[in-house]
Amino acid sequence: MKLDATKNEFWITLLIRISGYSSILFVILILYFLLREGLPTLGDVSFFSLFGTRWYPIEDYFGVLPLLSGSLIVTVGAILVALPFGVGTAVFLSEVSPHWLKSVLKPVIEVMAGLPSVVLGFLGIQIAAPFFRHFLNLPTGLTGFTGAVLLGFISIPTIVSIAEDALNSVPATYRHGALALGATRWQTIWGVTVPAARSGILTAVMLGVGRAIGETMAVMMVTGNAPVLPFRLDALFLPLRTMTATIASEMGEVAAGSSHYHVLFFIGIILFGVSLIVNIIASSIALRSRSRAERLLS
Amino acid sequence: MPSSICVESRLNLQICQRSLRFIPKRLDYNFVEMRLLCLSLLLILSILLSACVPSPTSPSDVEASTYIQNKGSDTIVNLALAWAERYQQEHPDVRISVTGGGTGTGMAALISGTVDIANASRQIKPEEVDEANKNGVEPQEYVIARDAIAVIIHPDNPINQLTLEQVSRIYRGEFNNWKELGSYDRPIVRLSRETNSGTHVYFLESVIRLGNDDNKYFFSTDTLLLPSSEGIIAEVSENPNAIGYDGLGYVTPTVKVVALAEDPAGSYVIPSSETVNNGSYPVSRDLYMYTGSTPSAATQAYLKWITEAEAQEIVTELGFVPIKDQAEIR
Repeated sequence: MKLDATKNEFWITLLIRISGYSSILFVILILYFLLREGLPTLGDVSFFSLFGTRWYPIEDYFGVLPLLSGSLIVTVGAILVALPFGVGTAVFLSEVSPHWLKSVLKPVIEVMAGLPSVVLGFLGIQIAAPFFRHFLNLPTGLTGFTGAVLLGFISIPTIVSIAEDALNSVPATYRHGALALGATRWQTIWGVTVPAARSGILTAVMLGVGRAIGETMAVMMVTGNAPVLPFRLDALFLPLRTMTATIASEMGEVAAGSSHYHVLFFIGIILFGVSLIVNIIASSIALRSRSRAERLLS
Repeated sequence: MPSSICVESRLNLQICQRSLRFIPKRLDYNFVEMRLLCLSLLLILSILLSACVPSPTSPSDVEASTYIQNKGSDTIVNLALAWAERYQQEHPDVRISVTGGGTGTGMAALISGTVDIANASRQIKPEEVDEANKNGVEPQEYVIARDAIAVIIHPDNPINQLTLEQVSRIYRGEFNNWKELGSYDRPIVRLSRETNSGTHVYFLESVIRLGNDDNKYFFSTDTLLLPSSEGIIAEVSENPNAIGYDGLGYVTPTVKVVALAEDPAGSYVIPSSETVNNGSYPVSRDLYMYTGSTPSAATQAYLKWITEAEAQEIVTELGFVPIKDQAEIR
């Protein structure tokens, strides 16, 4: 019996260890594959053409700038939507809401997190795009703005759950102190609790950014996919094309080994780089906050 | 330090949550974690196990006696697949493999003699015939279906007819308001299929460049590239500013089909099976299959079946225009 237990222990530990190491292996393999398929671009396509302003791959125009700017605009727009809603919901959940409401809201937000983005994209085409066209009097509803709103909805659950944790981890003594000094509930939230959880909220936002920039299906369906380089401030309200949508819609038909194929992988490298940077920033913020907390508690 | 890597997975979120918590961990947290761990291990195991068990329903293979290799145009690939499926149901002794890759790929394979049938959305080029002749192959041409592209606008738009030149200038970005074409005062929103679509390329060559290879006109960069034909229909039927194009079979009554003319003096024609078959509608093309000089009996039988009523009905279902013989057969 005892022998059995140690045996089980051994196998389970081994399994856990393998699954732990496997993620490192997968990331390295993905990176290797991306570099192998994407780097030949630099030999195939001139630097000038690669950073040109026109994306029309069937006639060998491989300017990635319109795609890069499209992704950035949609992501920034998504964060502008998701930040107030996400942090507001987190503050409400952790500071204001009565217990029974919290026990309803949290599962609802979890459901939102699990909603497939293609479903959101479908709602976007059918409802959001016509609504924004009428409401904002735009030429078409298939714009970066519609994409940004949908992406905002997609990243809200991520922001809410991490920001709420950050708020929960603010020691209760802070709140008690503020209230004892005569601060109102709102003053306590705005002046004490939220600033104390600042780094956790920043982490939440960065992870929301990571979620938004990699999203494909919803943006492909609602942003109109026009590779326009933005010159004016209203570019958010015009059609645009993101990097993810470009890869998704063109990879299926491209001839393996052609310049177009390599350029699509090169865009993949750019995306990988961007999400790596976002994740590094997010975890460094989280790390900094923890070491500060450890200093305080020790 | 697992807590520094926070990804979206639920399990990792739990770990993140703990690291951010300064208050002493509650006991039930460990319990939750244990349970999640066991669950995920079970999941992994079940996936591994299910991969090992052989699927019980492997179909008993019917011994096929004849193979037909069919390769080429991506425009035709769905049609060719639908035909092959139906034909194999009726003739279990024949196996047809269909692959895409583009008209050029199909032609190259035909010239080197590696396929029985090459699909083409354009006629064979003289250079390709020369190449084939050098290899002792004399390509035989079969027209198998026709493809018409309809230009569509919102039903409220008062415009009924356009010349090809006008359509070209709309898509090139020279017209930006419907007013300039004598319609209402609204901006023009241009819709197109994605660049990987054969329809996109055909529209570029025959409408935007007006069939002239020397024209280096492009789609205006603010043209919306929608991933599906249905997406174009949905936006055009909803948006009074929009103009789009689509294969005739995709057009629904919720949009208005514009009559087109090659030059302003000529007559404006609405696309239909009739006007496509008598050649009066300007934006239509034949779709072809090519074989080598002496196709096998099975290939000949298949090509004959394709021109018959049953196969041509599939043509209509997939949004292409059946060939003329259709009416005569019926």
